[in-house]
Amino acid sequence: MITRQRLATGMCALLVAMTAGIAFPAAAVAGEPTGETAPQVDLVLDVSGSMRTADIDGGTRMAAAKQAFNEVLDATPEEVQLGIRTLGANYPGDDQKTGCKDTAQLYPVSTLDRTEAKTAVATLSPTGWTPIGPALLKAADDFADSDGSKRIVLISDGEDTCAPLDPCEVAREIAAKGIGLTIDTLGLVPNSKMRQQLSCIAEATGGTYTSVEHTDELADKVNQLVDRAADPVVTPVATEGAEACAKAPTLKSGLYTDREEFGKQRWYRVDVDPGQELRASVSVAADRSVNPDYGVLLRAVTVHGREIVRGETAGNGRTDAVSTGLRYPKAESDEDEAPAETVCLQVTNSYSAASGVKTTPGLPLELTVDVVDGPSSAGDVASFGLGRGWWLLGALILTGFLAGLIWGWLSRWRLAIWRTN
Amino acid sequence: MRITRALSASLLMLGLAASPAVADSSPSPSASADGDAPTQAGTSFRTATEIEQGRTATANGSAGDYLYWSFPADAGQRPTVKATVKLPETHAAETWQIDVYDGLRRRQACQYGAQTRTAAAGTSSVELACTLRTVRAWSEPWANDPLPGTYYVRLTVVDLTTADLGLPVDTEVRVDSKDIGGSAAVDGSLAEPLVPGVAVKSEADDESSETTSAVLSAIEPEDGWSSGWWSDRWVWTALGGVLAALAGVGGYTLTRGAGRPTRVP
Repeated sequence: MITRQRLATGMCALLVAMTAGIAFPAAAVAGEPTGETAPQVDLVLDVSGSMRTADIDGGTRMAAAKQAFNEVLDATPEEVQLGIRTLGANYPGDDQKTGCKDTAQLYPVSTLDRTEAKTAVATLSPTGWTPIGPALLKAADDFADSDGSKRIVLISDGEDTCAPLDPCEVAREIAAKGIGLTIDTLGLVPNSKMRQQLSCIAEATGGTYTSVEHTDELADKVNQLVDRAADPVVTPVATEGAEACAKAPTLKSGLYTDREEFGKQRWYRVDVDPGQELRASVSVAADRSVNPDYGVLLRAVTVHGREIVRGETAGNGRTDAVSTGLRYPKAESDEDEAPAETVCLQVTNSYSAASGVKTTPGLPLELTVDVVDGPSSAGDVASFGLGRGWWLLGALILTGFLAGLIWGWLSRWRLAIWRTN
Repeated sequence: MRITRALSASLLMLGLAASPAVADSSPSPSASADGDAPTQAGTSFRTATEIEQGRTATANGSAGDYLYWSFPADAGQRPTVKATVKLPETHAAETWQIDVYDGLRRRQACQYGAQTRTAAAGTSSVELACTLRTVRAWSEPWANDPLPGTYYVRLTVVDLTTADLGLPVDTEVRVDSKDIGGSAAVDGSLAEPLVPGVAVKSEADDESSETTSAVLSAIEPEDGWSSGWWSDRWVWTALGGVLAALAGVGGYTLTRGAGRPTRVP
């Protein structure tokens, strides 16, 4: 009896220990994101002289921005590291050179102290120029090195006044440098040139552009963007494809980014064991204005240059990216130690740059590679070769009936022979 | 199949119960556990918001955004994607479009439905629809037939005036499926559904030491992926066999006349 009780207690303890063992590491995983993966957001606010204009819900643009910032600072999720940068906040003069350097970090990208950040915002008053390009360059440096998502939210009420530096090209350069940096732009009471410039900046980094004409819209949108930054997403791994298969990097399952220039090829290698299936998909994004007819071709080629399978797509009109994919199941091998096959993946695009658009850096390329167990190949078009439908029933009944008749006649005939003998 | 489903469901329940924290860190925060439909959309394949079939997802966006959702579709289903865009009060003519991509990001053709539609100036909304081909359990690698797995919906404006760029729009997306049944049951099946990142996910499961907090797509139909061996073809074929046997007996008796001959010893 005692033994039995002990056993029961022991079992209970074991169960508890096991449950704890399962539960604890899980809890550790789901804790607050560490500093390395915390999403970072930098709000870049235009504090140029034009923000004095009183045309948003009866108040000035600046007042609207301040009110929106207060709401956003209250609603920012705990895990998001938020910073604020201003442009045109300090230099009221007429010298373009000085005015175009006027960008300052109002609040560093870090864990948010709401009161401190709000106080900082309250001090702002509309002053100077609109150096969007330089501000973006500086904002890109505000972020700490991490794997987490990085997002710049640019709020402006006028186009860049610091030509010849094109903020659109600056955005593209920034996107090409770092991974996972997105720039979203918001235009306050925008005109058509400003719309084009801000949406160009957004599209260069895969961000969004929004026109804002009311205070509540501004707060809602910035909140939405901050929340979007807080959503956990897979961070792609940067890789650099080669000009030819022989020099190409070998990839494992995962998500990769690269840059591909107009009219150039990118090669990658993937090892596929017998009985495994390679799945690859590629998206080439249009981060600048391109001519409206385009396509992407993804080919799986053996090391000897024989094409195994290809994915191709073409399109026209406005687009953010054009993508295609392929899968290649490698047949099981009879040998025990069959070597893995090296499959070369070739990516080409048929985008063409619109006139006057810089062709460097290359277009952003996103590649997913999955090597999974291969599927069972099909032996028939129908499931297990089974039949279905009235024709099948009719055919089976007819066959059965005929078989019955013949069997019956045969046995009658045999009976007759047996009788005569 | 029921047994398999029940088993996998109970396993899933066990898994959820054992690691609630892991469940919490699932990458679809917008799809909350209480059954609310997502109220935002992603802006790329990587960030697409996961939605379930039969639920209406909403999102606020700006004209010019590329909005992405993803949904699971299993073999034998024929999904129809419907989208409604509520436009601002004043606007010029603009053309909206939905595109559906499969788990390999291959564009999928719409059998019917207005995939692209132009809203005349001042109209309050535009409705789009796309009915895909029936999802097959297996196809040859050289075909681009729809296969079980993740599907992406991209909603965007393809033609608009600069003045309308960035104006707020409300969007609604809903996916419903028609179950085509045994007539679409093909032989073969995929070892893994066409869910992007499935290889990375299973590796992480194997190691079980550290679960990655974000995956490309964690999508699964409500009752799991079908194992693929069941179809009503079994019933038809079995019924055919029975009927054939009966017809055989009938044919046999015809040749024997009515009953056993009396004078046979």
